[in-house]
Amino acid sequence: MQVGAVERPRRRSSGAGQGRPGKLVYGLLAAVLLGSMFPLWWSFLVASHDSTVLSRQTFPILPGGNFLQNAATVIDTVEFWRATRNSIVVSTVVSASVVFFATLAGYAFAKLRFRGSRPLLVFVIATMAVPTQLGVVPLYQVMAKLGWTGELVAVIVPGLVTAFGVFWMTQYLSQAVPDELIEAARVDGCSMLRTFWHVGLVAARPAAAMLGLFTFVATWTNFFWPFIILGPQDPTLPVALQQLQAAHWVDYSLVLAGALLATIPLLILFVVAGRQLVSGIMQGAVKQ
Amino acid sequence: MTRLRPPVEHADRLPRPPRRIGLGSRLSRWDVKLSPYLYISPFFLLFFVTGLFPLVYTGWVAVHDWDLIMGQGEFVGTKNFVEVLTGRDFWTALTNTFSIFLLSSVPQVFAAIVIAAALDTNLRAKTFWRMGVLLPYVVAPVAVALIFSNLFADKFGLINSALGVLGIDPVGWHSQRLPSHLAIATMVNFRWTGYNALIFLAAMQAVPRDLYEQAAIDGAGRVRQFWSVTVPMLRPTIIFVVITSTIGGLQIFDEARMYDQFGRGGADGQWQTLTVYLYELGWTRSNFGRASAVAVLLFLIIVLVGLLNFWITRRIASSEVKR
Repeated sequence: MQVGAVERPRRRSSGAGQGRPGKLVYGLLAAVLLGSMFPLWWSFLVASHDSTVLSRQTFPILPGGNFLQNAATVIDTVEFWRATRNSIVVSTVVSASVVFFATLAGYAFAKLRFRGSRPLLVFVIATMAVPTQLGVVPLYQVMAKLGWTGELVAVIVPGLVTAFGVFWMTQYLSQAVPDELIEAARVDGCSMLRTFWHVGLVAARPAAAMLGLFTFVATWTNFFWPFIILGPQDPTLPVALQQLQAAHWVDYSLVLAGALLATIPLLILFVVAGRQLVSGIMQGAVKQ
Repeated sequence: MTRLRPPVEHADRLPRPPRRIGLGSRLSRWDVKLSPYLYISPFFLLFFVTGLFPLVYTGWVAVHDWDLIMGQGEFVGTKNFVEVLTGRDFWTALTNTFSIFLLSSVPQVFAAIVIAAALDTNLRAKTFWRMGVLLPYVVAPVAVALIFSNLFADKFGLINSALGVLGIDPVGWHSQRLPSHLAIATMVNFRWTGYNALIFLAAMQAVPRDLYEQAAIDGAGRVRQFWSVTVPMLRPTIIFVVITSTIGGLQIFDEARMYDQFGRGGADGQWQTLTVYLYELGWTRSNFGRASAVAVLLFLIIVLVGLLNFWITRRIASSEVKR
């Protein structure tokens, strides 16, 4: 598996011919774009009316005025602010930790010589193909033993490191940091840690930002494990949405208002950092 | 080249005072030796505790009785496996999982390649289109499931209304088996097609230009160039996407769990997947032993399917390479 070979695409122009593409291409992409946006627009329409709207003969094309009211009901029904705060805490802590530990390990694998580094790196890469989600039963037992059931820490700790992160940073740092720079720092009497701090960490910034962004989105949208380990009192947003559905399953206006509310923070992130997300995926995918 | 020169040599050129040799250099030797292990240890420690140990221990749990939530019962050998494998639910869930997985990953890979080919042209406002196809990626699967389960509602659902306009009878998206699989596969495709398209796009951009020029000289049209140059060159990417979507697809949980309000995968298990089944065994029926047996089986299936589609994709893709 060759994700994360960090290498810029060699060129930017067209695959087949240099001319502007025809209407067909734009038409196809416009259709895809509409398909991407329509479900969100639809849920906004439903969420801005009351739920009787769905059973009417003709569905209104314009949003109604009930969105804020529906949103208020959602916020009252589930622990919405608590869930939002929890999602922010979990996603931030997890992304920060993944970035830091991945950079630390990636720097060691990419730039330091030590016995066993090869097989250990191979081990890291191999674990990327293993679905660790399948260890949920013992993981649940471990968390129960520690008394962490229902606590946010039970969601945070298993997310603190990822094999993908280590691999991603290893790939990036092996190209981004010239060995001479590390030597120079060492010659100047920097300790290993200071060298890492001033050379490795600084050079890692672009890749670290990318890794942080992806980890944030993945953690925010994660459901399976938080759902298993978190109780109703202290949910993350996806878990709260699940409770909302159980409480209001017929009232789609409320359920979809909740779905939108939970999505808004990531939509904002997408507007701000969508460009980076795109180039991150593309960088991560280029093959050697 | 990589050997560190002693700091003393540089002392005259550097502003810092010369360092003491002795304790300092001995410390620094340890520093050089130990630091790498120190740097990688957080990953390995945490991974062993929260990833590897649970995975391995699942096998242990699966061969024991675990009646109460926390208590380990007797060693029962293959009993849990036998119970799981002789029950109807496991096979239903297995079929559902494969059905949803195939309905999502196969069209998804094709659609993603086509979209990537469209994005790989000399577009105006490239970034806009790329961001556009990625938009669904930031919508949580749980929210996607809620939205689509409304669109696919049996009564008053938009899809059924639209079908009604075309004179087609409403489809039981939540009552019938195959329609429910289609609806769930649609959710997966919604979220991941654009993401995979960008992965393919990156790979397409790395295809050497001269291959296209040569093909054009040989008289190949655009479509022919796509099949004879682009697709074969994408082989490693196709393998990568197929394998990652296999690992994800066989574990599908969120979409199936959230497709109706009961979360059991349908009144008759029409869309109960293996992970939904695993959850039900472990946390609804508190049978950790059987839940673990399902996890072990699912793990084996993922490995097998991973190897299988690695092999198939290789063959298909390599048979198209023109030499």
